[in-house]
Formats: sequence, C-alpha cells, structure tokens
Amino acid sequence: MHRIGVFVCHCGTNIAATVDVKAVAEEMGRQPNVVFAADYPYMCSEAGQNLVQDTIREQRLTGVVVCSCSPRMHEATFRKAAAKAGLNPYMVEIANIREQCSWIHKDKVSGTEKAMILARAAVAKVQLNAPLTPGTSPVTKRALVIGGGIAGIQTALDIADAGFDVDIVEKQPTIGGKMTQIDKTFPTLDCASCILTPKMVDCAQNEKIHIYAFSEVESVSGFVGNFSVKIRKKARFVDASKCTGCGECVEKCPMKKVPNEFNMGLDNRKAIYIPFAQAVPKVATIDPNYCLMLKNGKCGMCSKVCGANAIDYKQQDEIIEEKYGAIVAATGYNPINIDKFDEFAYHQSPDVITSLELERLMNAAGPSNGTLVRPSYLNKQDDHNAHPKKIVFVQCVGSRSTCSEKGAKEYCSKICCMYTAKHAMLIRDKYPDTEVYVFYIDVRTPGKLFDEFYRRAVEQYGVHYIKGMVGKVAPKADGTLDVQASDLISNEQLHINADLVVLATSIEPDKTARSLATMLTASMDTNDFFTEAHPKLRPVESPTAGVFLSGVCQGPKDIPETVTQAGAAAAKVIGLLAKDKLVGNPCIAHSDELMCNGCSSCEKVCPYGAISYEDKEFRQPDRTVAIRRVASVNPAVCQGCGACTVACPSGAMDLYGFSNNQIMAEVDAICR
Amino acid sequence: MQEMIDRAKELLADGTVDRVVGWRSGEFSYDITPGVFRSAEELDESFIYNDLCAPNLSKYLIKESRKEGKLLVFLKPCDTYSFNQLLKEHRILRENVYVIAVPCTGKIDVDTIKDKGIKGITSIESDGETVTIHTLYGDKTMPKAETLGDKCRTCKSKKHVVYDEIIGEDGEVNNDGARFELVEKLENMTPDERFEFWRNELSKCIRCNACRNVCPACSCENCVFDNPNSGIQQRAAVNSFEENMFHLIRSFHVAGRCTDCGECTRVCPQNIPLHLINRKYIKDINEFYGDYQAGEDAMSRAPLNAYTFDDCEPGIVYSRGGKA
Repeated sequence: MHRIGVFVCHCGTNIAATVDVKAVAEEMGRQPNVVFAADYPYMCSEAGQNLVQDTIREQRLTGVVVCSCSPRMHEATFRKAAAKAGLNPYMVEIANIREQCSWIHKDKVSGTEKAMILARAAVAKVQLNAPLTPGTSPVTKRALVIGGGIAGIQTALDIADAGFDVDIVEKQPTIGGKMTQIDKTFPTLDCASCILTPKMVDCAQNEKIHIYAFSEVESVSGFVGNFSVKIRKKARFVDASKCTGCGECVEKCPMKKVPNEFNMGLDNRKAIYIPFAQAVPKVATIDPNYCLMLKNGKCGMCSKVCGANAIDYKQQDEIIEEKYGAIVAATGYNPINIDKFDEFAYHQSPDVITSLELERLMNAAGPSNGTLVRPSYLNKQDDHNAHPKKIVFVQCVGSRSTCSEKGAKEYCSKICCMYTAKHAMLIRDKYPDTEVYVFYIDVRTPGKLFDEFYRRAVEQYGVHYIKGMVGKVAPKADGTLDVQASDLISNEQLHINADLVVLATSIEPDKTARSLATMLTASMDTNDFFTEAHPKLRPVESPTAGVFLSGVCQGPKDIPETVTQAGAAAAKVIGLLAKDKLVGNPCIAHSDELMCNGCSSCEKVCPYGAISYEDKEFRQPDRTVAIRRVASVNPAVCQGCGACTVACPSGAMDLYGFSNNQIMAEVDAICR
Repeated sequence: MQEMIDRAKELLADGTVDRVVGWRSGEFSYDITPGVFRSAEELDESFIYNDLCAPNLSKYLIKESRKEGKLLVFLKPCDTYSFNQLLKEHRILRENVYVIAVPCTGKIDVDTIKDKGIKGITSIESDGETVTIHTLYGDKTMPKAETLGDKCRTCKSKKHVVYDEIIGEDGEVNNDGARFELVEKLENMTPDERFEFWRNELSKCIRCNACRNVCPACSCENCVFDNPNSGIQQRAAVNSFEENMFHLIRSFHVAGRCTDCGECTRVCPQNIPLHLINRKYIKDINEFYGDYQAGEDAMSRAPLNAYTFDDCEPGIVYSRGGKA
C-alpha cells in the first residue's frame, strides 16, 4: 500500500494569487493513499525541501507529489531531496500548477479547480511509479571532428590540449577551410593566413590530433560515448606517407588547364596539385577528372619525376573504422549558387564577381598576386584599364529574401556587412583614386569594434554607402557595367558606370551537412543548419546526445564567433570525455518480448535509431521452441520520447516512468 | 482447380515444398475452410478451389511459415496484399513460402443469399456466371453478381501484388472508388445518426472474436484484449458502450495496416459491416496523406509510421470531423 505525501507550493504569489493552495492541499489529503498534504510558501527553498525530507522520514512516504512549477524547473531539486531522505528519486511526481495553471488563469475558482485536477492526476500516477535506477555506459576517450576549417581546427586543438585524442575528417586535400581563401580579417585587418596557418601546423604537429584529409564520413553507428564511425579515405593516387610535398610533380605535370578551386576558378592549376603553399598535410593529389594517365593511360610524368616514388595510379579508396566518444559537426558553409540571379549579369561579365572571388583577387597568393585588377584584364594587367576605377558592392545578394525559387535565403548571412566594409576600406586604402559604392538594405554591424569599423569606412575612407538595392547590372559595349539602382533616401534612380561589381552572396550550410545529419540522427532546421539542443542555454550541443556543433554549420557566424563556439563545443566534449562512465536517463523504452510481434513499427518511428531486432528462441506452452523476431531497445541511445509506445500495435513497447498505465491513470483521474 | 492440384503435386514431388496451404470443405459444402495438405492423396481427396473459396490464407502463414519445411500457398489477388503487409511486418518468413497466384472473379457470400430469404441451403454451385442454390425447398438460380458481398462487389484489385508463379492471367487494380460509396453515405449522416447507426450495428456483437481472429492485421503475439496489463482487457464487461469500444480500438490498431480484405465482415456471425470502419480510416488516410494501399508492396513506409513536413496538421483532421 502506498503512503503518499502531497506538497503544494505558493511560489510567493505566483501560484497562491490564482490558486487556493490551502483548498488544494485539503482536497489532496482526501485522495486515496495520501497520508500527508500541506502547503508552503516556497517549496524549493531549503526549508521547503527539509519539509519534504522530514515528512518522508516521519510518515514513511513511498511517493511524493509536489504541486509547483514546471518539472523543467525543479523536478531535479525535489528528486535529489527525496533521494537524500532515502526515497528513490523516481518516486517523485510534479504537478505543474504554475505555468500550466496559475499563470494562465485569471479567476481563482477555475484556477483552483484546475490545480486540483492536475494534482489528482499526479497522485494517480505516482501510485503506479516504480523505483528506477539509471544505467551506465563506458566512454571511448576519443573525439571526432567533422570538418577541418577554423571551427574544426579550434575544437580539435582545444580537445587535444585537454589530453584527449581527436581526429579531424576533412573532405578537401588540406585542412584550413574557407579561412585559407580569405585575404584579411575584420575588424583588425590582419592577414587571415598569418593567423590561421600556425593553427594548421599546430594540428599537424600535435600528437593527440590525427588528420584524415581528403576523407569523408561514410557511416555512423552507436551512441553517446560509443560511436563507431566508418571513414572513407579517398584515393589521392599519391602515397601520403611517402610524398614530401616538394612540388616537382606539379611543376612537370603537362595538364595545365584545370580550374583552380582555391582561387575560385579565376586561374588554373595542374592535374596533380597541392592546393596552396601552406597546405596541411602538404601532399600532392591527382585530380582523376583531368589526369591524362588516369584517363587515357598515357603520360606518367609525375611518377617519373617523383624522387620519393610516391605516385600510385592504382590507389583505391580505403575505408577505416574508428570508435569515438563524441562527435563534433564543423561542416561549415559555402556561398550560395547565384546562377538564377540573372539581374546581376554574373555569367555575362567576368567583372561581376562574388566577395569570395574578390578575396582571391586581393590576396598575394591569388591569381593577380594581390594587385586588384578587373578579372577581364587578368592576362593583361599592365593595361591602363586593368585597375577598376569605380567599384559597386551589392549587399544581401540572396540573403533576407523570400525568392526561394532562386535559391535565396530568408535569413541574414550576418558576415556580409562587415566583410563588405572591409573590402571597401582596403580598396580605398590601397587605391585612393578608386570610387567605391555600397548598396545596402540595412547595415548590421553589432559586435565589439564592429560598428566603429564600419563608421571608419564611411567617415575616414569615404566609401559611398547608399541605402537601396541594385535592380540590374548591364554589361556595356566598352566593357564597363551599367549599374541601375535606387537610392531610397534621396528617392532617385541611379546609373553608375562601374568597372567592377562585387556581390555579397548569401552563405548556406555545406551540402554534405544534410547527409551527415541523417547519419548522426541530428536534427536540422529548414535551412539545413544543425539545430542546437536549446537555442539559448545549450547552443553548442545537438539534441542528439554526444553530438556537438561548431561553427557555421549551426548558423551564420564570423571568425571570432566561430572560434568562440568551437572552444565552447570543445569544452562540452572534454566534459563528456572526462567521465569514465555515463549515467543514463532511466525513463526509457523497453519491449516486452513476450508480446512483441517484431513488426518494425517502433524502429520506423524511433528518431534516435535506438531499436534493433534479434531472433530469439521462445519456449511455447506446448514445450516446442519457436524463434521469434523481437525488438530490443539500446538503453544508452533511447531518449525516452515515447514515439515507439504509441506506434506499437500490441502494446509491447512501454516507457519506464511514463508507462501506458500511468498515463491512462492520469487521464482517468482528470476525467473523474 | 485441377491445374492447381497438378502443379501442387509436382512441387510436392520434386521437393520444392513440403506442405500445401489451400481450401477444403467445412461442415457444409458451401462452408469453405483453409486446409494444409501434406500429400498428393490428400490433395485429390479434399482440395477445393471454386467461387466459394473466400478465406484469406495469408494469416495462416505466420505460424505455418515458421514450422519446418517449405510451404506452397495459393493466393487470390486480395490475399496477396495481406501477404505483402505481413512481409513488411516481418511476420511471414518469405524464404519458406512458395506463392502461386490464382485468379478470382469474386466470391459468393452465403449471407447475401440468405438475406434474399433463401432458407435451408444444402449446397451451392456456380459456373462463373450463374449460381444454382440447392435448398430443402428446391433449387434456385440467380446471376453470380447478385450473390457477392460488399467486399467483392466493390473489388479493389484483381491484380496479384506478389507471387512466385501465376495460374491464368493477372488482372487490373480497380480505382473507381466504389468501395468508399457506403463510407460516404455514413459520412453524410449527422453525428447523431452515425452514432445511432454504429450503436445499433455494434449492439449485435456477441464478442465471439471471429473478426479479430481472422484479421491478418490482428496478428499480435498477445492481443491487448487478452492482456491483463493493457488496462482494457475487462472493460467490455463494464457497459455496452465499453463493449462497442472493442471494435473501435481494434480498428485503430489495424489503421494503416488494414489491406481491406474484408474478412472481418465475412466471418461476422451477426453480419455487422465491420469493414466499413476500416474503410473509413483508409479513405481518411488517402485524403490526409495521399493515396496509400497497405500491402501494395512490402517495403514502403506507411503514412502513419512516417512523418513528413507536408503532413496535414491535426486541426485539418479535426475540422473534417463530419457534417453537423
């Protein structure tokens, strides 16, 4: 027989003003098996908790109901208090008479009535509660970081710094990501590679960090603390352990006409290549789409000149399997495809470029060795027309737009206002004879020293900021561009004869993020950004336990924010890996094998992949043995959502702590 | 029929199968029952396939396919949907079953004949067009079409969706929507009329469990109505409304999995049109989530087991509650 205590909280006037707490306590005292019922001003205070603990001891309570705020607030508080008094913490139920009652009712009569109903339901439920003990699972003390950009690099360095092994999987031949392509960084205007490449080298030299470059995650199984990941090491056709990165092969390769993705296709590279001088690992890679040897079997020049004998035309993709305790998604972003933005004449004129292309044009390692030239004059840089005299920047190209059919995004890409100000300022600084116009919807520059930076572009460097959007860019016969725009402040239509138009294109999550999210069973929003476990309070954790988020894959951010978040993700990973064992949540699903049909309904609806099937032998009543397919729940993966319990046709699936019977008892109590 | 027996004998003789699941006569010659045949002699003696062989054999394969040896089963178009659905639910071991598809032109429903006031039936013969009914009071003939139950009159498909080999020619899926005509009639009632209709129909229920026991979707190892922990086992005894709930709970349990084979109504000794409840759900699922036929294949994900962003909102479902 149960002995239940009911504790009704006033929460100051939060509850007591709308609910007659004394009446609730009295009414609960009359419920079956309730041996104690009292009200108290602040149940969560130390005195309130002591009341609960003393009553548990004195009244030998077997169950406790606290009528107070949402269980999200103080369920843990009261469970701990009960445990201290010797009661299993899962024998405590909370009736939420604040958020779900007093806060939404104005009238005390109806508020009190509802509080009584909610309390009655909790009392009915607690009668069916059973003591629960959480299970534990071991932790593999190694982390996987997917993506080797600045986010992944920073996360990996921080995890390694704490003494844990960490692997970086990067799909490109080198780590470094987008930041390698950026010339200068705002708001300090220091050189991006000068601050990035030391970190890349740190990664390479750190004994705790292993880099799988030119590799991709093939599949993920397992659960927090115990992930098993298959990684595909793509064939480079170069033995990375032998290659010294001398570059002799690149020098001699006859296939010169391969668009160089590192320079955004503004110049060419060879079929065998090292993306850039500071690449990590500094290993050559053969591009099988262009290599004459791989395509036609004729050439073999690189193999002939390689002193290290590293070229291997027969190299195959290799799949390796590793175990990890935590996984960090750091898959980053790409500028959107602007093929459908015909109005900007991106495909009609080489002198309409994206901001990332401008970064390469202004970079010393770029196609023009750092001299700003119009792309149409890249091969005749000495021409007096090569240098652009009038440059128009267009902001929000594909951002803050509802034209989803063009590939535009509704969100603000966040970084464009600042990098456009940076570009404008750098150009005005280096080429003071250049006129620079920036068309904007709003200038958004919150952040430390950010607005000052933008003001400097306007006030000190004389950049013309014009509120309004560019409607059309029309290439003219003389090679210049007619930019047609509206100035919303002076309310006039403008025609600017520009030499160069730079489009601040929106950014979007890398395309691989979607398939990765499926593998990780991590959730995504409609824009394919990873969703965080809580937008404010758990911003670097995915709702899937053991999966963490670093960098732009979670939402648009600049480098300082990315590094901050990367460090935060690392801190969470370290916190996880530092544990020897993980304590699970005991409120998880379990399957009654005697009732399970093995129909797979539960497996289909499980969002966490926690359910698997096995063929088991069962002794039948007639003493024969039958083999049946039955479900089993992995207790470390199950999050206790209960989707399986409603999908199960036979009722074999049930949830500890929220059993079908408990829920029916609550419903019955409410309807009584 | 002889072609089926000959082929079954061949497969038994060459060791492809060890047993044959088919039909034989029950207590009356028109009362057909499923049967398992182990030898050529047994087949010759009692194997039957005619216009009265309505029973859906798929459900029997759950148990039979788990026994030792391989099975030959003859499946009508209707039955192949149930077979596929059970494959999807991992209930039938496919590798132990050899399926021969057999054609069906609709099965005679004895209750439909009895409803026409014909009594004392001793046997029924059919030539495929005309049905001759021998009774204690003399012979009666009528066109076969008049002897079909609702299920066969509004046949959903004469196409076999799964088989290893086929006897005769495969038919076509029937999408004319005729099978939902009676459901629409019910939908057009007021809630009170509809409540009255079902209270009246379900009041005839004697809780014999025939509908549950014959239903291929009702194949749980331990039915919730037999499970003392389910909380509903004894509810039927509380009052007549709770007793009616048996059918509503059962129909919810098979929603999205019911292939509309109509066995529930066929076996009901009280002639309750139980299949109309299931058809209502099938119609709703089609309208809410797009056309879906359970058992059409053994792989696809059922709408009630899948979530997509364009699923309709509960409010839409609620607002379609019926005409007030």
